[in-house]
Amino acid sequence: MNDMKQIFKVTPLLTKTKRSYCPGCTHGVIHRLVCEVIEEMNLFEETVIVVPVGCSTLSIHYFEMDTVQAAHGRAPAVATGVKRALPDKTVVTYQGDGDLASIGTAEIVHAATRGENITTIFVNNGIYGMTGGQMAPTTLEGWKTTTSPFGRDYKKEGYPIKISEMLATLNGPAYIARTSVHNPANIMKTKRAIRKAFKAQKEGLGFSLVEILSTCPTNWGMSPVNSLKRISEETMKYYPLGEYKSVEGL
Amino acid sequence: MGNKILMKGAEVLGEAAVKAGCRLYFGYPITPQNEAPAYMAKRLPEVNGTFVQAESEVAAINMLYGASAAGHRVMTTSSSPGISLMMEGVSYCAGAELPVVIVNVMRGGPGLGGIGPSQADYFQATKGGGHGDYKIITLAPTNLQEQADLIFKAFDLADKYRIPVMILSDGLLGQIMEAVEYKDEIKPEDLAKKEWAATGRDPKREKNLINSLDLDLDGLERHNHKLQKRYKEIENTEVMCEEYKTDDAKIVVVAYGTTARIAKTAIDKVREEGLKVGLIRPITLWPFPSENIKNALQKENVKAFYVFELSAGQMIEDVQLCVNAKKPVNFYGRLGGNVPSPDELAEKIREIY
Repeated sequence: MNDMKQIFKVTPLLTKTKRSYCPGCTHGVIHRLVCEVIEEMNLFEETVIVVPVGCSTLSIHYFEMDTVQAAHGRAPAVATGVKRALPDKTVVTYQGDGDLASIGTAEIVHAATRGENITTIFVNNGIYGMTGGQMAPTTLEGWKTTTSPFGRDYKKEGYPIKISEMLATLNGPAYIARTSVHNPANIMKTKRAIRKAFKAQKEGLGFSLVEILSTCPTNWGMSPVNSLKRISEETMKYYPLGEYKSVEGL
Repeated sequence: MGNKILMKGAEVLGEAAVKAGCRLYFGYPITPQNEAPAYMAKRLPEVNGTFVQAESEVAAINMLYGASAAGHRVMTTSSSPGISLMMEGVSYCAGAELPVVIVNVMRGGPGLGGIGPSQADYFQATKGGGHGDYKIITLAPTNLQEQADLIFKAFDLADKYRIPVMILSDGLLGQIMEAVEYKDEIKPEDLAKKEWAATGRDPKREKNLINSLDLDLDGLERHNHKLQKRYKEIENTEVMCEEYKTDDAKIVVVAYGTTARIAKTAIDKVREEGLKVGLIRPITLWPFPSENIKNALQKENVKAFYVFELSAGQMIEDVQLCVNAKKPVNFYGRLGGNVPSPDELAEKIREIY
C-alpha cells in the first residue's frame, strides 16, 4: 500500500455540501473544472465568484471561494462592480443560458464590449432547468418544453441565439470559446479553455467567456447517457465547438 | 475647509460623495440629473476613483451591488423612470444587506412624465418600492447645503445598518446653484474595514457570502425578522425632523424638501399678517417623524394640519396615520412638474385659517 501514489483527488475548493443537482446533470463536472483551474493557478485567495439565478444559484453553498449571488441575468453587471472595486482580484461569473442569453443579454454584451476584465463560465443546456423545463432562447428546433409543447418551431418562436459567435464580433473580448462536457476528451478540452480564460483575465487582456454545452436529463426527459449523446448528435451541430476569439499572445 | 463654493445641485451630489469617501460611481443618463454623472466622470479619476457609464439603470444598480459586496462605498444618481428600473436591484441590496447610496432627482410621472420637479416617488422610496418586506432609509434635503450634508449622513447610515439609503432630491434641487460648504473630507482608507465583504478569501476566515436566497422557509423567516428588528432600531434612533414656529401654531404645515422651503417663505408671509402657522419638515421620510406629528396633535393650539406636496398626496398618508382622524388633515399638491410659489401656498393657508 505504501508505494501507492495518489494521482487524483477531489479539489478542496468544492464544499462537502450535498448537491441539489439531478443525476446526470453536468453542473457538477463544470464546477469541478472551474475549481481545479482556480486551485492549479493558485487563485483561490483572490477569487470572487458571482453566481446567477437558475439551478446553479444553489452553488452559493458549493464553492469555498467568497461568493456573490446576483439577480437573474445581472451577474456581469455585479461582477463589473466587484472588479472595479477590487481590480487586482480574479472575478468570475457562472451563468446558465436562461440567465445569460435571455434576461441578461444587455449585461453580458456590454460587459464584453467594455472589455471588462472578468471571466464568464456560460453553461448552455438549451432549457430552463430550475423553473421546470421551459423553452430557452437556446432551445433547438423540435425540442419539446413546457412552453413549446409541440416542439420549438423556428417560424413561430424564432431562432436559438448563438452567444459565442455574437460576442466574438466585439472588440472587447480577449477570449471566447465554446466547448462541451459530453465525454472525457471534451471535458479536458473544456478545462484547457477555462484555464485560458482565467489567463486572459490575469494578464489584463479583457473579457473572457467559455460557453459549455451541457445537459438537462430531467427536463429533456432523457437518460443521462442519451443526454450526452444528444449533445454530440444535435446540440453541437447548431453550436459548433471551437475558439471564436483568442487575442494574440494568449 | 470653511470655504463656500457655488455649485449646481447635481454636482453637489458628486462632490459630497467624493468627500464622503466614495470612489465608485455607476450611472446612466437621465434628465434632470445629468450633471451628476458628468461631474463624477471628471472628478473620480482625480482621486483614483472609478466612473462607469452603465448600459442601463438596471445594470447600474447591479454594479453598485457588486461594488458594495466587495466592501466599498458606492453611489448612483438617477431620476424617477430610472429609479423604477433600479427597484429590482434595491430589493436585492436590501435582502443581501448591502450598503448603497442612491439619489433620486425626482421628476414628474407617471411613465416618461416630464422633467420638472416632483415628489411623486414618495411611496416608492418610503414603502419599499421593490418586492418583499423591506425598507430603505430615505433622506430629503431642502437646500443644497443640506443635500451635501445628507450625502455624508447617507453613507454613514448605509454602512452602520448595512442598508440601502436613498436621497430624495428633485428637479429643482438638482438644477439650482447655491453656495455649499463641505464639512468633512473622508479618506476611503480611514473607513472601517467591512469584514463581511466578498474580497477573495483569507483561508483563516469563513467564506463570505453575499446573498438574498434562502429556500428554507424558516431560514428566510428568521432573516426577515432580523431585518425587521433592524428597521425598528432605525425607527427608534435615526429620525430627523425640523420644526419651524410650531410652538403657538394653529395650523401646522407638513412638507419636505423643495416644498418645505417654499412653505417656510409662505409661513413667514402669513405670520406677518398675524396668522399663527408653523412647519414640521421631515428630513428622514423613512423613518417618518411620527412623534413630531403626534406631539403637535396633542397641543390645544393646533387645530389642523396642512400637507403640501409636489404630488397628488403621498406623504399625507403617513401624517394621517399619526393624526388618526382626531384633527383635520388638509392637502394641497401641484402635479406634473409644477412648483407652487410662496404666494400660492400663503393663499392656500389663508383659505383654511
